[in-house]
Amino acid sequence: MNIEVQTLIPLFVALPLAVALLIQLLAHGRPVIAEWLANTAMLALVLMTCFTIGRTGLYHLGGWPTPIGIDMRLDELATLLLLAVNLVGFAVALYSVDYMRRFSARGHFYSLFLLMVTGMNGVILAGDLFNLYVFLEVAAVASYSLVAFGCAHEELEASFKYIVLGTLSSALILIGVAIVYGITGTLNMAHMAGCIAETGMDAPLLLAFGLFICGFSFKAALVPFHAWLPDAHPSAPAPVSAMLSGVLIKAIGIYVLARLAFNVFGVGAGELSLLRWLGVASMVAGGLLAAGQNDIKRLFAYSSISQVGFMILGLGLGTPLGLVGGLYHLVNHAMFKSLLFLNAGAVEYATGTRSLKELGGLNRALPVTGATSLVGSMSIAGVPPFNGFWSKLIIVLACVEAGFYGFAAVAVAVSVVTLAYQLKVQRMAFFASPPASFPRALNRLRAEPRLMSLSMILLALGCIALSFAVLSGLRHPWLIGSAQEALSSGVFGG
Amino acid sequence: MSMIVRTVTRWLKGPILLFGIYIVLYGHITPGGGFGGGVIIACAFILITLATGEQNGQGVFSKAVASKLDSLGLLIFLAVGWLGTWLASGYFFENLAQTPEQARFTLFSAGSMPLMNMALGLKVASALFLVFTVLTALHITSARLANRDEPGDDRADEKEEGSP
Amino acid sequence: MIYSLCLLLILVGLYGVVASRQTVKIVISLVILQHGVHLLLLLIGYREGGNPPIVDPGTVLSTFAGGAVDPLPQALVLTSIVIGLGVLALMVALCVRLYERYGTFDITEIRRLRG
Repeated sequence: MNIEVQTLIPLFVALPLAVALLIQLLAHGRPVIAEWLANTAMLALVLMTCFTIGRTGLYHLGGWPTPIGIDMRLDELATLLLLAVNLVGFAVALYSVDYMRRFSARGHFYSLFLLMVTGMNGVILAGDLFNLYVFLEVAAVASYSLVAFGCAHEELEASFKYIVLGTLSSALILIGVAIVYGITGTLNMAHMAGCIAETGMDAPLLLAFGLFICGFSFKAALVPFHAWLPDAHPSAPAPVSAMLSGVLIKAIGIYVLARLAFNVFGVGAGELSLLRWLGVASMVAGGLLAAGQNDIKRLFAYSSISQVGFMILGLGLGTPLGLVGGLYHLVNHAMFKSLLFLNAGAVEYATGTRSLKELGGLNRALPVTGATSLVGSMSIAGVPPFNGFWSKLIIVLACVEAGFYGFAAVAVAVSVVTLAYQLKVQRMAFFASPPASFPRALNRLRAEPRLMSLSMILLALGCIALSFAVLSGLRHPWLIGSAQEALSSGVFGG
Repeated sequence: MSMIVRTVTRWLKGPILLFGIYIVLYGHITPGGGFGGGVIIACAFILITLATGEQNGQGVFSKAVASKLDSLGLLIFLAVGWLGTWLASGYFFENLAQTPEQARFTLFSAGSMPLMNMALGLKVASALFLVFTVLTALHITSARLANRDEPGDDRADEKEEGSP
Repeated sequence: MIYSLCLLLILVGLYGVVASRQTVKIVISLVILQHGVHLLLLLIGYREGGNPPIVDPGTVLSTFAGGAVDPLPQALVLTSIVIGLGVLALMVALCVRLYERYGTFDITEIRRLRG
């Protein structure tokens, strides 16, 4: 097939948007049509993403040349993120066919889901700062509605907290955009990078970068700004939690921070040290708070905060090895955290509870969930040879190489804590014999429906496949090495 | 609503609607365009609903129709944008026709921009009207409040997508 | 000097979000915050004694760009207003649903999630 990658770039955004609208038109009262349309759209997106591996492109919307028009830029880092978003999205779309059966208004669910994927793809491909902001808002508003989807007490409360903090952070980001536009006179990220390189980072630009850090740290749930995540991620329906924790906080939080820090602003050591401290604080706070939880999904939510700390620590080191570690951990975390949330959803689907004190012995009743959650837990805890081990190893080695021995020690300690609470989940939910109140129900548990099993196995296979990425070298894993080069190639050449 | 409000509404709903359509159609020459014109068109229908009651308002422009027109408007916008990849030199949202010199500043000029304005006006008008109807139709009756301790009772979510 | 008005609006909105006890007041404070940010964005594009950025049939394009106010922030603010409208609709719907479930608008009583 002789399709140029140029024609595919706008389709990443236009296809899920068009299918979301088609679902609204065609699928009222017939959710089966919505399920088919959504899954077909996500499969098409995955195929398009596989086609873009190894290719880059710059797309001018409307044909207007660069400083005047809106660009969409596909480089290797964008390809990596697109793979993560669309693969996880496809698995979650498969999973939600069975999981969402007990909800009404499923047509709206799939429309909102596809709108969230539109927003994330738009953020990843944006070459223009305000376009990035608009797609960020599209994804964020879709996620606010999805968190509140079941309209139960906790979902509404969590969604309200999320929407207030999210709107506040978007306002901060918009102030940052205003300041940068006032100083450089352009919104195109390549042109802006050139202007900033000429004038240097003086005080107003530093203020704008600080505002961007505050705003995007809200979206990525770094530690002083994380208050919404432990409420929003557990209360949402399981497929939504998987998407939120697996890809949304990374695509609109960490990816944008990395782009702005390295490719647009070209930051130096001072600003990066702020990122490192935020990362360490998130790692420690998230890990310690996760260890004390008894609700599976709340534990995984705090664990997300901790792992995001690892990623930001890796990115904040600034060295090529640190960037490789951060990006590798980003993709790994997308795979295994969404897998873990889907597992928690399967547990809740079968037993009706999420509390570890009431569960036990599920390995017999839910074999697929047990096996895939073992893979996921070993991955996130950093047990060799799974993918989590390699990415954490690279981050620790990068810390040592850059001279931050304290940070490396803290990273190793937090990995041990991660192992501890993951083993706690595995033992209490899957391996141990159930508490006295439970065994009669154990025989009546339904095994997971087929599509849920299929999606969990897909993500587990993804985890295992990613652990082979290091075969092409510890400093240059497959796909991630080229993404790191795109990031550390300095400001955009245009 | 009182007799005065109903009478004035009956006279004014036409001119308000016409004014909104004017702003949408001339969006490529004068300020306004899809967003502003769509808001004014929605206001005409909201005025009818406020003055004559919910049943009458739904009879003029019902929720189901508004929901369909909402999605249809944005699909037309995307379709016009996608036509740019065929008819013009191959970019999304490219203007389909270059206006000749003497046709500038007239109504039938500027290629695909009036088409996109009309699609946006349709979408914004129906979306705003839908937001208004749904928010005022969620009556908080005592029957619903009595059910508030049981989650999962009422899981149907009446939500329209926010406009991008 | 007028930038201080933007700062005032933003601070008033921020104070409202932090100090309000009712969900609806939090929503209104967020709207005020967004108004302040939009005003800041518009003022960035202002030029002293500038003309409106509308091209008439008789305009000379070469002097137009030098004398007109910057239209790009106006387009940005328009987009942002519409985004804010969508978010406002969602927040109000959430407030209504919260009232149905919890029976109150008071956020100190809507506290089932903790830990």
